Amino acid sequence: MAAIELAGVKKTYPGGAQVIHGIDLAIGDGELVVLVGPSGCGKSTLLRMIAGLETISDGTISIGGAVVNTKEPAERDIAMVFQNYALYPHMTVRGNLEYGLKNRGTPRAEIDARVEAAARTLEISQFLDRKPRQLSGGQRQRVAMGRAIVRQPKAFLFDEPLSNLDAKLRGQMRIEIRRLQRSLGTTSVYVTHDQLEAMTLADRLVVMNGGHIEQVGKPTELYDRPASLFVAGFIGSPPMNLLDVAALQALPGVTLPDALPDGTDIVGIRPDAIILGTAAPGDILLSGTVELIEPVGGESHLYVRVAGLEQAMIIVAQGRSELVEAASLDFALPADALHPFSRATGKRL
Amino acid sequence: MVENRPWLNVLTHLVLVVGVIIIAFPVYLAVIASTHGPGAFLSNVVPLLPGSYMLDNYGQMLSQGMSTSGAPPLTLMLANSLVMAIVIAVAKIAISIISAYAIVYFRFPLRTLAFWIIFITLMLPVEVRIIPTFKVVADLGLLNSYAGLTIPLIASATATFLFRQFFLTVPDELMEAARVDGAGPMKFFRDILLPLSRTNMAALFVILFIYGWMQYLWPLLVTTDPKFYTVVMGIKRMAAVADADPQWNLVMAAVVLAMLPPVLIVIFMQRLFVKGLVETEK
Repeated sequence: MAAIELAGVKKTYPGGAQVIHGIDLAIGDGELVVLVGPSGCGKSTLLRMIAGLETISDGTISIGGAVVNTKEPAERDIAMVFQNYALYPHMTVRGNLEYGLKNRGTPRAEIDARVEAAARTLEISQFLDRKPRQLSGGQRQRVAMGRAIVRQPKAFLFDEPLSNLDAKLRGQMRIEIRRLQRSLGTTSVYVTHDQLEAMTLADRLVVMNGGHIEQVGKPTELYDRPASLFVAGFIGSPPMNLLDVAALQALPGVTLPDALPDGTDIVGIRPDAIILGTAAPGDILLSGTVELIEPVGGESHLYVRVAGLEQAMIIVAQGRSELVEAASLDFALPADALHPFSRATGKRL
Repeated sequence: MVENRPWLNVLTHLVLVVGVIIIAFPVYLAVIASTHGPGAFLSNVVPLLPGSYMLDNYGQMLSQGMSTSGAPPLTLMLANSLVMAIVIAVAKIAISIISAYAIVYFRFPLRTLAFWIIFITLMLPVEVRIIPTFKVVADLGLLNSYAGLTIPLIASATATFLFRQFFLTVPDELMEAARVDGAGPMKFFRDILLPLSRTNMAALFVILFIYGWMQYLWPLLVTTDPKFYTVVMGIKRMAAVADADPQWNLVMAAVVLAMLPPVLIVIFMQRLFVKGLVETEK
């Protein structure tokens, strides 16, 4: 149990390539923070720096109030869950679970008690004497989690732990990780590139891009008020429609609401905020042709081409749409659902 | 490729059978020769069926040796060969696995250079550097000793290279997980890497044991005292007698005995050997 604090953390590789550009982040005790971003944004590197597997070029990382910059991973009292599980293949599940405790010189009786408890929590008691290769992917994932929780560390670090599982199992394990983290109350940092995983797991979400933090906040905050074009495009599926203001104004009969701040070059709108059919006063009314319909069950994603706009717009239609491809469609962008952005700074206005 | 052509089947089997006969016949002849009395192989027709002197021949070779050619009893030579082969195999594996560990897992100055220097020694087997090596061993006073027999043959680029390749296939996360679990470099080596390389070590042991057992030129050079003769070079001394016909029945008994240990090693370690060559346990 401990808070983690990052202050001005930078990472420069010996060749001169800088991958982390000064990260400041405070993670509260017992909080689950998810680092999310596209590949190469530095999220894994940052996690590995917290773990002590990568050196810190500048700045400080403290865990539980103590600066740990030069400490070995084992001395930081953290536990890590790896993407490919990294179970010791020649040891039984029990051997895997107790290895860290044995290295710490924990008394035998306590090791046994903790291993039993962890195995019960994760429902892997019946596999304790098997080797990792005799287990399925989901079971291996549980063992990897077990190896983390038996140590009762100050913090859990998860490095894309679910990306090797199939979609269904991923959903189950996601819920289980959330439940487990809540009940143990251990501070956790979780890295993923899957924004659904990020949204559902996080107490707070950290969106990273190019070695910088783009935005930090509750998942719903990030969804409702993205601070930059990058966050707007990254969070939410299907992604937000980003429309060029000049092109929009050039369309016949379109006037932008007065409420938009000065200097807005780009407006964003969530696909599910668009209303099919007629508009209330002040809304932007558009019409286009349906290019493609993706029925996803409860809702349908419509790709609509509007003459004069560069990209097809995505609209989420509730229920099973009666529309057919190539039909023309009228829809409205509600004035209060527009997100104003500046192209020059990439920031929200 | 599934084909059903009976004649092709017959032909391929014929080729195989002929091949086996070509390989196996000399061995059979050696075994037969070792069961006949002296002279049976020098006069007229070579016998193809076992004779009745088997116990006499083997008994004499094991207990007395062949005094006419200055060869000590086979028991001594077999023991020498065994010591030499086992020391070489074990020491080669021990040194190679440690140097491969250093090269793969540690960042130290001139690491790549160190690897290439080890690799280049592949071009310098004992036979090529035999004169300087002999000089060094002689100056160190190691002639006629087990140390002299084994130490110059212990360094092995091949084994280092094999272990390096194996370590490179071990995922980095395993090492990182061990670090997080509080295992230092030595602990990681002992608890994780050594058990994982078990089958590789077994396969290498078989190859290196046979390599050590088959050494001929080097023991011939560094031993002049019959106490340190190895069996492979001893056979050469038995066969090359001056002013007399070689006693083929006795020589062949020695040959058969010298063949046994490698055969036994292969038979008993076959399972591990094959596993080490094909299986990756990750």
